[in-house]
Amino acid sequence: MHQVDHHQNIIEIDDVTFGFVPSETVLDHVTLAVHRGDYLGIVGPNGGGKTTLIRCMLGLAKPQRGIIKLFGQDISKFRNWQKIGYVPQKATAIDQNFPVTVEHVVTMGTYAKRGLFRQTTYGDRKKAHEALVHVDMQQFHKRLIGDLSGGQQQRVMIARALASEPEVIILDEPTVGVDAATQKQFYDLLRKLNRELDLTLVLVSHDLDIVAAEATEAAYINRTISYYSTPADVLKHHLSVHHHV
Amino acid sequence: MFSLFHYAFIQHGFEAGLIIAIIAPLVGLFLVLRRYALIADTLAHVSLAGVAIGLLLKIDAFITAIIAAVASSVVIERLRGSKRISGESALAMFLSGSLALAVVLISLSKGFTVDLMSYLFGSIVTVKSSDVLTIAGLGIVVIAIISLLYKELVYISFDEESAKVSGIPTRAINILFIALSALTVALAMPIVGILLVSALMVIPVVTALQLRRGFGQTLLIAECISVGSVIGGLVLSFYLNTSTGGTIVLLTLFIFSLVMLFKE
Repeated sequence: MHQVDHHQNIIEIDDVTFGFVPSETVLDHVTLAVHRGDYLGIVGPNGGGKTTLIRCMLGLAKPQRGIIKLFGQDISKFRNWQKIGYVPQKATAIDQNFPVTVEHVVTMGTYAKRGLFRQTTYGDRKKAHEALVHVDMQQFHKRLIGDLSGGQQQRVMIARALASEPEVIILDEPTVGVDAATQKQFYDLLRKLNRELDLTLVLVSHDLDIVAAEATEAAYINRTISYYSTPADVLKHHLSVHHHV
Repeated sequence: MFSLFHYAFIQHGFEAGLIIAIIAPLVGLFLVLRRYALIADTLAHVSLAGVAIGLLLKIDAFITAIIAAVASSVVIERLRGSKRISGESALAMFLSGSLALAVVLISLSKGFTVDLMSYLFGSIVTVKSSDVLTIAGLGIVVIAIISLLYKELVYISFDEESAKVSGIPTRAINILFIALSALTVALAMPIVGILLVSALMVIPVVTALQLRRGFGQTLLIAECISVGSVIGGLVLSFYLNTSTGGTIVLLTLFIFSLVMLFKE
């Protein structure tokens, strides 16, 4: 087995408060840590702040108070963004008529590292190809992205995140609108990436059962982190508090 | 064979037209994919205000149009970024506002002139040899910057948020790109005219998108349609004695119809 230092903090959220208007907070004194090798599931109701929390981690939203550190560095000073892969919500992300092939989309994952004004190299395209092999989509590399099914597109988005050779991948509700069989394949893939490639994963989902079955850690967020432990505990805790769900 | 090349102004028209034909879809493809097509129209109206300022002050109206378009484009993009005003409202305000400014300035000078009409609808006759130099010089700037930022522009157009998260400076690139769009609109104005500029930037691109190819091929097809329409339009308008801009745009629409017909 691989040696992974599970004590090393990859993402630290310390006492973070965020609100779109000052009187209403979406996140209220939230503290959370993601360690190397974790597979953290973030669950909670719609509007409970799941997406806002990961937007804060990604630097897309700026909290009013609190500290966020990425790889030990304050987020305002953090520059190694290629260490963090991001898989957005499927429904909002893709224009189905956008004229790009699958391999073009995956190669985008290498752009930031290559830098401005520079063309991608053979090495970049090779990385993209390897990422496609990891998600088992290499046979579709010449297809247009819009010609794939929702589940296939989501695998391509994972491949794009992998192509930047990240240490952590953050996924926002990746399987909304994807059928059950495809979902299973998708979570098998995530498990493989976590166990075999030692990738740290942060999965945002409204689906408690999936997080309970797949993740190794779980946080339940509804404005505040109300529970933070193993997935099974979160499920138990949640059921005891919210009988109606 | 081309007896029309005996006239110097026709030659200028062709030279300028060819450069415009190349840069219009280059910028237009990104505008269409980002659903910014309305910005081309807005910037064209801003250029008209720039023309009016030039006519009023009796200085080169082409230059004032270029300055007005590029300066407002940066303001529009910043307004959009600030989220205080929705993007569409900002565009609508600029479109009608600059049209109002143009009309007032024109009535202050001497009313509508032949000169102004050629800016509205485009005319090959308006292209002076100094304009060709301006169009060529600034056209090369547009091509060079878009080529240098090509991969980032594709990524931002496809998925802006992921591009930003990956560390690409999306804000700076967006402002630069909008300024280049403004430059393209202003440069295209003497040939196709203010009211038809956005058509040349949008129709060849929309036509090429129907063929469902990868990004590079789509761009190449749009370029061919644009260059073909501009050259064909210039020749036809000369022999038929029709409006240059109108003829060019009708040709792009004709090609669009052919493509739709063969797709069936």
